[in-house]
Amino acid sequence: MQTETHAGADLNLDTLLSLYRGMLSIRKIEEALVRLYQLGHIPGACHTYIGQEAIATGVCAHLRQDDVVFSTHRGHGHAVAKGVPPEEVIGELLGRMTGCSRGRGGSMHLFSPEVGLMGTTGIVGPNLLQSTGAALSFQLLRLDRVSVCFFGDGAVNNGAFHEAINMAAIWDLPVLFVCENNMYATEVPFAYATRNTDVVARAASYGVASQDVDGNDVVAVFNASAQAVDHVRGGRGPYLVECRTYRTRPHAEGMRDVGYRTQDEVSQWKQRDPIAALRTALYNDAMATEEQLSAIEERVTATVDAARETAESSPFPDPSTATSHIFSE
Amino acid sequence: MATKLLIEAIRDGLAEAMDQDERVMIIGEDVGRRGGVFRVTEGLMDTYGEMRVVDSPLAESLIVGVAIGAAANGMLPVAEIQFLDFIPPAMDQLMSEAAKLRYRSNGDWDCPIVIRTPYGGGIHGALYHSQSIEAVFTHIPGLKVVAPIDPADAKGLLTSAIYDPDPVIFLEHKKGYRSIRGEVPDNGHTVPIGKARIAREGSDLTIISYGMYLQESLAAADAYVEEHGGSIEVIDLRSLKPLDSDAILESVMKTGKALIVHEANMFGGIGGEIAAIIAEHAFAYLDGPVTRLASPDVPAMPFSPPLEQAFVRDKNDIRAAIEKLAAF
Ligand SMILES: Cc1ncc(C[n+]2csc(CCOP(=O)(O)OP(=O)(O)O)c2C)c(N)n1
Repeated sequence: MQTETHAGADLNLDTLLSLYRGMLSIRKIEEALVRLYQLGHIPGACHTYIGQEAIATGVCAHLRQDDVVFSTHRGHGHAVAKGVPPEEVIGELLGRMTGCSRGRGGSMHLFSPEVGLMGTTGIVGPNLLQSTGAALSFQLLRLDRVSVCFFGDGAVNNGAFHEAINMAAIWDLPVLFVCENNMYATEVPFAYATRNTDVVARAASYGVASQDVDGNDVVAVFNASAQAVDHVRGGRGPYLVECRTYRTRPHAEGMRDVGYRTQDEVSQWKQRDPIAALRTALYNDAMATEEQLSAIEERVTATVDAARETAESSPFPDPSTATSHIFSE
Repeated sequence: MATKLLIEAIRDGLAEAMDQDERVMIIGEDVGRRGGVFRVTEGLMDTYGEMRVVDSPLAESLIVGVAIGAAANGMLPVAEIQFLDFIPPAMDQLMSEAAKLRYRSNGDWDCPIVIRTPYGGGIHGALYHSQSIEAVFTHIPGLKVVAPIDPADAKGLLTSAIYDPDPVIFLEHKKGYRSIRGEVPDNGHTVPIGKARIAREGSDLTIISYGMYLQESLAAADAYVEEHGGSIEVIDLRSLKPLDSDAILESVMKTGKALIVHEANMFGGIGGEIAAIIAEHAFAYLDGPVTRLASPDVPAMPFSPPLEQAFVRDKNDIRAAIEKLAAF
């Protein structure tokens, strides 16, 4: 399979450039985090989103600030796409006060309810159930808000997926399930852990509308999510989008692929980079000039550099706060 | 005898059991081809095949539930839960099923499962990769819980756990995997479940601990004795359930002072149980208050280094507690 992004099909240039900017921001932040990790400045886990940027970007482009996103352990991209400022993401991984949780949580515990980020999570599964609960509240309160849950193929084999999608289906809840099928859970292949690797088939078996897309093609993700969000916000019940994708770095920084993934496969997927694909399409379709694209790249790089500097110069939290926030104060 | 890391001793114990008994099997996330996220089971799938070293789907209730079913029908499963923090989804299987199988079948059913799982902090794992929630399990009648830190103990207890007819939670301190080394006997070495070990002999004060905080306790005892003299006994519980009350009482009756140190939080923890045992059975021998040093009662270990540091108790904290109790 080859990722071919058709830029001109039906999106205007502003939208395309904004998708480009969005994906690039995530990439540059992740690259900064990788470097910080390698320098030993990130004291904990760091699961990067590199290779999957088209998904968060394409989905969140359709969300309002008051829509909510429930993310995963691989959640930096979701946080950025939902509007968490880069210095709050980087600062959290550095354990600093600029972090969106003031350094208390780190990579897997980014919370920013003010922009609708209901948390990245260190545990696989709960996000599916809680996003369904958020959707239930929107329905009960007669709000036209949408609840979005991102999750990996690994989570699909967990009971939480089945429990959540079934409940959402019964009550036509406004929840969008976005499966980022990168074919591996840590290192176990989805095809090893399940007989039927079509996640859309599972949605169908619960009576939930769905479609699958090339998760490395941001235009395809954008278009599929447009339909999906429309469906969900319009009160027609839950929807599942399965995005076929790949993470081009190991499961987490500091880990190597020692299991089923081959270097060959990783290199092939690097050729299908979603950001490069859009850039090529914009350029080939003569929609954007080299100058326009480079200008975006420079601006994104400058923003991320500044965010990193802000985060790095931010103080660590006061140790005495370690025992606060156990109960409402 | 050979010197081995904690992680190697555990791997040896698994390999030896699998070699000797075809009923022994492993199931868990990434335990096969990768050999586990910490690489405890490295190489075992190559040797014993993918049916005996099962790379399971991502579902802890599945892992434990399947292990129970297999155990009740002829196998000796060793299930791995990737981190102790991920056990809660399997809690129903552990608490409602494994722990009660023998009792509710009026003794008809055995449940010879082992749940191996890394626990503990100090590797910057933050909230869901650092917890010490062992007291949740010791509270449940029907489950055995062990937490060896010495490599030989780990191998010996693992062998005992595999052949134990009842469910055993086998806690492996992840910070100890590659930092603790010791002499490990080659073959057929077992350590009985429910027996503590005197890690350091002494006569003035007893420290009761386990896991990485045992290491800190030993260092604190050394430092204290070097400066003030005297003699401190340190007990490594090794087994948390059943608890070796005899060893605890014998030591405390000798020293008259007990300091209990653990990484799990204080409230409702093992320390409280030990303190009660001492109060009930050795009250007349005490020369000072039974003292506990434990993690703060916060939901989980925070991430940022200064916050993590505020959570952790180290040898200096333990030493301060020794000083206070010794001076009493
Ligand atoms: C309940 C639970 N079990 C296991 C883990 C350990 N773990 C973290 S990520 C992961 C794999 C997740 O795979 P997937 O859902 O496909 O997401 P991906 O990493 O591919 O983005 C595992 C097993 C966990 N965090 N929570």
